[in-house]
Amino acid sequence: MSLTLDDVHKVARLARLAVSAEEAQLAQSQLTNIFGLIAEMQAVDTQGVAPMSHAQDVTQRLREDKITETNQRELLLSLAPQVEKGLYLVPQVIE
Amino acid sequence: MFNSSLQQLAAALHSKKISSIELTQLFLDRIAALNPKLNAYITVNPELSLAQARAADVRIAAGKAVALTGIPIAQKDIFCAQGWRTTCGSKMLHNFIAPYDAHVISQFNQAGAINLGKTNMDEFAMGSSNETSYFGPVKNPWDDSKVPGGSSGGTAAAVAARLCAAATGTDTGGSIRQPAALCGISGLKPTYGVVSRYGMIAFASSLDQAGPMARSAEDLALLLNVMAGYDERDSTSLPRATEDYARDLGKSLAGLRIGLPKEFFAQGLSNEVAQAVEAAIAEYKKLGATVVDISLPNSRLSIPVYYVLAPAEASSNLSRFDGVRYGYRAPEYGNLADMYEKSRAQGFGAEVKRRIMIGTYVLSHGYYDAYYLQAQKIRQLIAQDFVEAFQHCDVIMGPTTPTTAFNLGEKGDDPVQMYLSDIYTIAVNLAGLPGMSIPAGFGSNNMPIGLQIIGNYFDEAHMLNVAHQYQQVTDWHSQVPQGI
Repeated sequence: MSLTLDDVHKVARLARLAVSAEEAQLAQSQLTNIFGLIAEMQAVDTQGVAPMSHAQDVTQRLREDKITETNQRELLLSLAPQVEKGLYLVPQVIE
Repeated sequence: MFNSSLQQLAAALHSKKISSIELTQLFLDRIAALNPKLNAYITVNPELSLAQARAADVRIAAGKAVALTGIPIAQKDIFCAQGWRTTCGSKMLHNFIAPYDAHVISQFNQAGAINLGKTNMDEFAMGSSNETSYFGPVKNPWDDSKVPGGSSGGTAAAVAARLCAAATGTDTGGSIRQPAALCGISGLKPTYGVVSRYGMIAFASSLDQAGPMARSAEDLALLLNVMAGYDERDSTSLPRATEDYARDLGKSLAGLRIGLPKEFFAQGLSNEVAQAVEAAIAEYKKLGATVVDISLPNSRLSIPVYYVLAPAEASSNLSRFDGVRYGYRAPEYGNLADMYEKSRAQGFGAEVKRRIMIGTYVLSHGYYDAYYLQAQKIRQLIAQDFVEAFQHCDVIMGPTTPTTAFNLGEKGDDPVQMYLSDIYTIAVNLAGLPGMSIPAGFGSNNMPIGLQIIGNYFDEAHMLNVAHQYQQVTDWHSQVPQGI
């Protein structure tokens, strides 16, 4: 399978990654090689095999609906690139 | 002192031969002298380390010490440690100060161990050579023109160069075992679910598992005693009774059945690694073990399956890095989408972006069944191979890596060549089994060779016994790199 430049740009946009024309060219050839490695998988007969998502056959646990986290608003906000009046600052979304 | 085992260090601390402050300072001085050359640590913070050492000395004086109290342990920079810069080897987190402790970190803190610093790693644990780190590659202490392996390469180099008493790593596709092999140390990836992933920055959640890296199996057991345990904050942490992983170290290996998978000794394995592994097996026979030929017919598919599943999970996990709540934000941008795209493009390195794109592609509309679902089905077949194999043997042995450490820069331009270096380790993660690597000799260029030991689910204590008995009759694990 070989990826087109359009495929690369589409995937980059879905992944929210800006790519330059030069980077897209390189990514096209490298990703094509990697999918060449992955292609071996396609020929395997997996009819009737149950997909395995986890090593241990466990189900999600339920817990009591009670508050376990403490309020760390100031500490957590201090990690953000831009805050104002206790809020995360991002470019305007709604006019 | 820096060549001592953890038990010897504990004895020296308890008998007041040395204080934890003195011991911690000794290692900090070694780091100051040797780290500029090796680049094994991303962050050291003597103030924080020495404060812990001071508290440990008080605890020891009060007679309340446990096995690791006062002992300096290095932490892979993937574990959040409150107040410590925690970068995961990425520009994205180059200035991130963790606001809380990972479960592994809090377990070490409760034991009174000293956090000696944060070790270098491939960016977001994606790499097999430590060359994808934003903070520069780590050098192999045995030869500084060689890679230390990855992704826990900083930890492996730090342990090999005696820049810590012992350390932690994480293993998603071989990231504990491969660098342990290439740096001549011992490393253990436990059964999936034994060590909590809480506060361990996620790469591929269904495969990621933390484990100890040290100079001997005995040291690994003492570390795992601290690291393992149920934690309700990790939804895949397994509720199990507490174990003493050192309990069986001294047991005889008479009657041990070692399975040798023919696929691990086929084309691609270098002669010198094959010879070292065969010599180790011969040593095990002298200890009373017998050998069984086994087959893992689907193991050849583990690399393609891994490079669908791990990037798929990574693309999802790494979507949290958006330049809003924490981490890197681009200096210039237009609208919100542009801010996301530029921050992520500038904050992530090339390998991480490649894997995010692979993962995004295989999960995108129209490709899910052909890639993701097919990979999950083959994962089942790979796991079943091991179930079948363990009907006939107690442990599986083989090489950890096809060759000894390769040159820095050698595989840098070719991701596929880099991916193939994990051929013997990945299947273990897919199956969720415990695996370890211990030193088993040297190649012609005097670079270390690792023996891989794969156990059945929850068989860590037995594997440590198997490794420890070998280390009683060989001295590969106590060799020290020249100039160290």
